[in-house]
Amino acid sequence: MPVYHPRPSSAALPPLTEARHTPVIEVSHLHFSYADGHKALHDITFSIHAGEKVALVGPNGAGKSTLMLHLNGILGGDDHVRVYDLPTIKANLPRIRALVGLVFQNPDDQLFSPTVLEDVAFGPLHMGLPEADVRQRVQAALAQVGMSAYAQRLSHHLSVGEKKRITIATVLSMQPELLALDEPSAGLDPRARRQLIELLRQLPQTMLISTHDLLMVGELCPRALIIDTGRLVADGNTAEILSDAQLLHSHGLELPHIPATLRFPGPVTVSGSS
Amino acid sequence: MHVDPFDSYRAGNSLIHELDPRPKLLFTLAFIISTTLLPDGAWLSLALAFMTVLGISLIARLPLGYAIKRSLLALPFTLAALTVIFVVPGQPLLTMSIGPWTLRPTDAGLIRFASIVSRSLISVQMAILLTATTPFPDLLHAMRHIHVPRSLVAIISFMLRYLFVLVDEALRLLRARSARSAGERPTRGILWQAQIAGHMAGQLFVRSFERSDRIYDAMLARGYTGYLYTLHTHIIQRRDWLAAAGAVIILSVIQLAAHLP
Repeated sequence: MPVYHPRPSSAALPPLTEARHTPVIEVSHLHFSYADGHKALHDITFSIHAGEKVALVGPNGAGKSTLMLHLNGILGGDDHVRVYDLPTIKANLPRIRALVGLVFQNPDDQLFSPTVLEDVAFGPLHMGLPEADVRQRVQAALAQVGMSAYAQRLSHHLSVGEKKRITIATVLSMQPELLALDEPSAGLDPRARRQLIELLRQLPQTMLISTHDLLMVGELCPRALIIDTGRLVADGNTAEILSDAQLLHSHGLELPHIPATLRFPGPVTVSGSS
Repeated sequence: MHVDPFDSYRAGNSLIHELDPRPKLLFTLAFIISTTLLPDGAWLSLALAFMTVLGISLIARLPLGYAIKRSLLALPFTLAALTVIFVVPGQPLLTMSIGPWTLRPTDAGLIRFASIVSRSLISVQMAILLTATTPFPDLLHAMRHIHVPRSLVAIISFMLRYLFVLVDEALRLLRARSARSAGERPTRGILWQAQIAGHMAGQLFVRSFERSDRIYDAMLARGYTGYLYTLHTHIIQRRDWLAAAGAVIILSVIQLAAHLP
C-alpha cells in the first residue's frame, strides 16, 4: 500500500456516550431496491442487543449480503438502520464503520494489501490512530485469531482457512462492537470450519452471522433470523426454528442429516486390512 | 491453486537485502539512466557497468548467472534494433541480396546494434537485482517516499495483489474449456477459437469489474475515504548513506570512462 503519512483529520473518535442499553443495531422498516429496479429488501425490522450472537439464514439471493452491506452504511444511508442510535448518514459513517466490523464472504475481496500486516493495519490507520497504537492493535488482533506469525506473509500465499482468520483480524483491529460475518464457514474444510467456530465462540463481540451452515448456527447462535426474497420471515429461538422442518423447507433450507444407509451398526472396517 | 511466476524476490540477509529500499530504488533508476546514456562503442564503461551487476550479485549472494539468465527474457525486444545494422551509414562489410532487396551491414551499424543490446541487457539486469533483493511491498513504499504519484503506486499495488487472483481465474477458465472440449482437437478453425478466446477475455473483464466493486466496498467498510495511509517501516541508516556514496562514485567512474578521451 502506498504511504500517506499526514494523519487523517477525523483524528481520535470521541468515545460513545450513549447508554449501553440501546440496541447495537436497530433496523426499522428497511426497504432497498438496486439501481436496475430489483427490489432486494422489503420492510425489514429487527434489533440486536449487546452480547447477542444472531444467525441470519436464508437461501441464495434472499438478500442476506444486501442487508449486511446496510449495517455500516455501504448501501442505504438513512435512519432506517441505526447503530447505537446513530443513523447511518454520511456524517456518522467514520464512527459507524469503526463500530461495525464487516467480514466479506470472499477473503480475496477483503485482503487487498500486499502483506497481512498492512491489511490488518488498514482499518486502524484509516481511523486516524497514531502509529504505536496501530502496531499494538495489529499484534493483538493477529494474536486473537492465532495468526501472529503471519504478519509479514503475502496474502496470496495463504490457504482459504488462513485467509478467513486474517479477514476477521482485519476488522478486530478496529475493535468493533458488532461483527457482521457473511458466510464465514463457506468453502472451509471440516478442520478449518471447526477452528473458525471455536474462534467465533471465544470472541466477545456481538455478532450477526449470515450463513447456510445450520449446524454452525445451532452451535453458536441462540437466536436466528430467516430471510427469504427480501422479507424477514422468522425471528426467534434457534432451537425452535431449527426444529420446525416445515418452516425451513418452505424457505429453501434444511438441517443436514445422515442418510439411513450410512448409519453403520459398528466400527467401519476397510476391506483388505486385517 | 497458486501461480507465482512473478514472485521474483529471493529471500536473503546480505548487506544488499538489508539496505533501505529508497537508495536501492534511486540507484537502480540512476544506473539505468546512466547506462542508457552511454555512447556507442563505450566498451570500457559497459564492462564496468556489467562488473557492477556482477559485484552486486556477489554481495547479495545470488548465483552469478541469476540476473544474466533472467535478462535474456528481454532479448527479443532488443531485436527491434536489428535494422540499425543496415541503416547506419558506415563502411559496408558485405553485400547480401534477398530477392529484390540488397542489404549492406555497416561497421558503425554493427557497433550501434551491439551497444544497444548490451545497454538494454545491463539495465534489465540491474532492475532484476533490485526486485530479487527487495520485497515488492518495500519497493512500493519507497516509490511513495520519492514522490511517485499516489494513484500510480496504488495501481501497482493492486496489480501485484490481484495479478495472482486473475491468473488463477484465467487458468480455471482454460481448464473448464478443455474439460468440455472432450479431447476433440480444435479443428473448427481459427475464427471459432478466436471467438472462444474473446468470450473468455470478456468473462475475465466482467469478473474483475465486479470484484473491483466488492474490493471497494471492503475498503469503505474499513474506513477508506480516498486517501491511503501506511505504517512507517523504513529508517535511513549510516550504511544507507555509505552505500549511496559508493553508488555515486561507481556511476561517476562509468560515465568518466565513456567520455574521457
